[in-house]
Amino acid sequence: MVSQTTAPAPAKTPPHLSPPVYASGELAALAARHGLTVSGARPTLAAYVRQLWGRRHFITAFATAKLTAQYSQAKLGQIWQIMTPLLNATVYYFIFGILMKTKHGVPDFVPFLVTGVFIWTFTSSSITAGTRAISGNIGLVRALHFPRASLPISLALQQLQQLLFSLGALVLILLAFGQYPRPSWLLAVPALALQAVFNTGVSMVMARLAARTPDIAQLTPFVLRTWMYASGVMWSMDKMLAGDRVPHWVKLALEANPAAVFIDLMRFALIDSFGGDQLPPHVWAVAAGWALVCGAGGFIYFWKAEESYGRG
Amino acid sequence: MAESRIPTVVVDDVHITYKVNGARTGRGSATSALSRIASRRQIPGVREVHAVRGVSFAAYKGEAIGLIGSNGSGKSTLLKAIAGLLPASRGRVHTHGQPSLLGVNAALMSDLTGERNVVLGGLAMGMSRAEIRERYDEIVDFSGINEKGDFITLPMRTYSSGMGARLRFSIAAAKNHDVLLIDEALSTGDARFQQRSKARILELRQQAGTVFLVSHNNKSITETCDRALWLEAGRLRMDGPAKEVMAEYEHFTKKR
Repeated sequence: MVSQTTAPAPAKTPPHLSPPVYASGELAALAARHGLTVSGARPTLAAYVRQLWGRRHFITAFATAKLTAQYSQAKLGQIWQIMTPLLNATVYYFIFGILMKTKHGVPDFVPFLVTGVFIWTFTSSSITAGTRAISGNIGLVRALHFPRASLPISLALQQLQQLLFSLGALVLILLAFGQYPRPSWLLAVPALALQAVFNTGVSMVMARLAARTPDIAQLTPFVLRTWMYASGVMWSMDKMLAGDRVPHWVKLALEANPAAVFIDLMRFALIDSFGGDQLPPHVWAVAAGWALVCGAGGFIYFWKAEESYGRG
Repeated sequence: MAESRIPTVVVDDVHITYKVNGARTGRGSATSALSRIASRRQIPGVREVHAVRGVSFAAYKGEAIGLIGSNGSGKSTLLKAIAGLLPASRGRVHTHGQPSLLGVNAALMSDLTGERNVVLGGLAMGMSRAEIRERYDEIVDFSGINEKGDFITLPMRTYSSGMGARLRFSIAAAKNHDVLLIDEALSTGDARFQQRSKARILELRQQAGTVFLVSHNNKSITETCDRALWLEAGRLRMDGPAKEVMAEYEHFTKKR
């Protein structure tokens, strides 16, 4: 410890101005008598959930505000909401469909690819947003008191809103390629709900990690890119894993990969030629398990450091 | 101590120590960072600063308390601890409700318009949409942002620092806080805004809140506060009526 300044010279303090001397425990007893709480203490999990529910309007309003502010500096404005995913899909189609010809043996390759890209983008951008949830809103965190989980939840919600724009584009593409609405499209709703819960959980984990170690944000893009190539966004995992070329445990791991599971569920729901035989076994149970474990686990993990966000 | 007074903030023998990372040498160079990681040795230049050394006091409903002391005496650190933003290394801070700290540096959401900031700030503080709608005009008028044109619909990053600080104060002051902590926020506004904020602080006190004010403007302390705490080198030196403590403080600073 470094002593900063020397103690001030003893001043002639008038007696009525000198700070009162308290007996040990006197102040604590005073605080207890009037029901004061310790400042900066973490609320219980139940109280935290209640506080969060109290801020639900903040969560939704913050998500919408961020969504509209996103392209506010661009001349075309909100058109980019739909243009960005479409351009993304075009780039992937050019590389993987035309140059590398990964479409071999995949019927309806364009709907297959676009669904994969949009669903993957939902997860990857939620996680990227999560790493910036605390560090990117540090002014807000330091200025106002609110349950901090509002931020990653709100940003995940923003990504869900963004996805709904993309789904509008996806429906147009599906119609253009001869995929017409049928009852199985309704399965998209539970699939997306599970994916949204999963995303929110993971982004809360990332928010806590990146709040403590900002370097995480630099690392995330590389991890995400690796994960993308392992998730069958641009090719059929089912075809790649066919035969005995890959060891059994790799096959199991790739089939349990949450991103691949959510992508496959969406393809199964929306694309005629993507049949149930291409889905890994127990796919709904796996999806629900990921959502539950990551959603609840991520929330508790984030809450455990609630009192430390924005400090220092 | 009269039991008829209700305490809102009880600071019980609080010590605050924090680590300063900026003091280390060679932080910017990648090679030095690598060798530091590789050798796992104690990072040179990380210093522990003992900013607050055993401060105790109780604040009561309806009080406005000025914190005075020379630069680096621990005033802002103590405010952060009361707000729950810095952990006390020893001792405890007990508060009634959640204190709100208003600093000059806190930006809200700079890429959003002032309008959105008012609404989102209000929602974040736990106000309902109806409450915000009701008080919206009041907040904007109070901040004086629209006095020179329609600035409230511009993104907050286009505001001058004074405008930003005024809007932040207006948002935070819109809610009735049990405990409001103000760190130099008033000194950023112009004279008319300072008049308005003084009136608002008085109102908050009458609604049985407690206001803490850190300022180097001696006049604004004596005009706004009825009690003053004088911190010097992290220790509480005097505690009493604002005018008397301020007189002693002015006498002390002149002597040096």
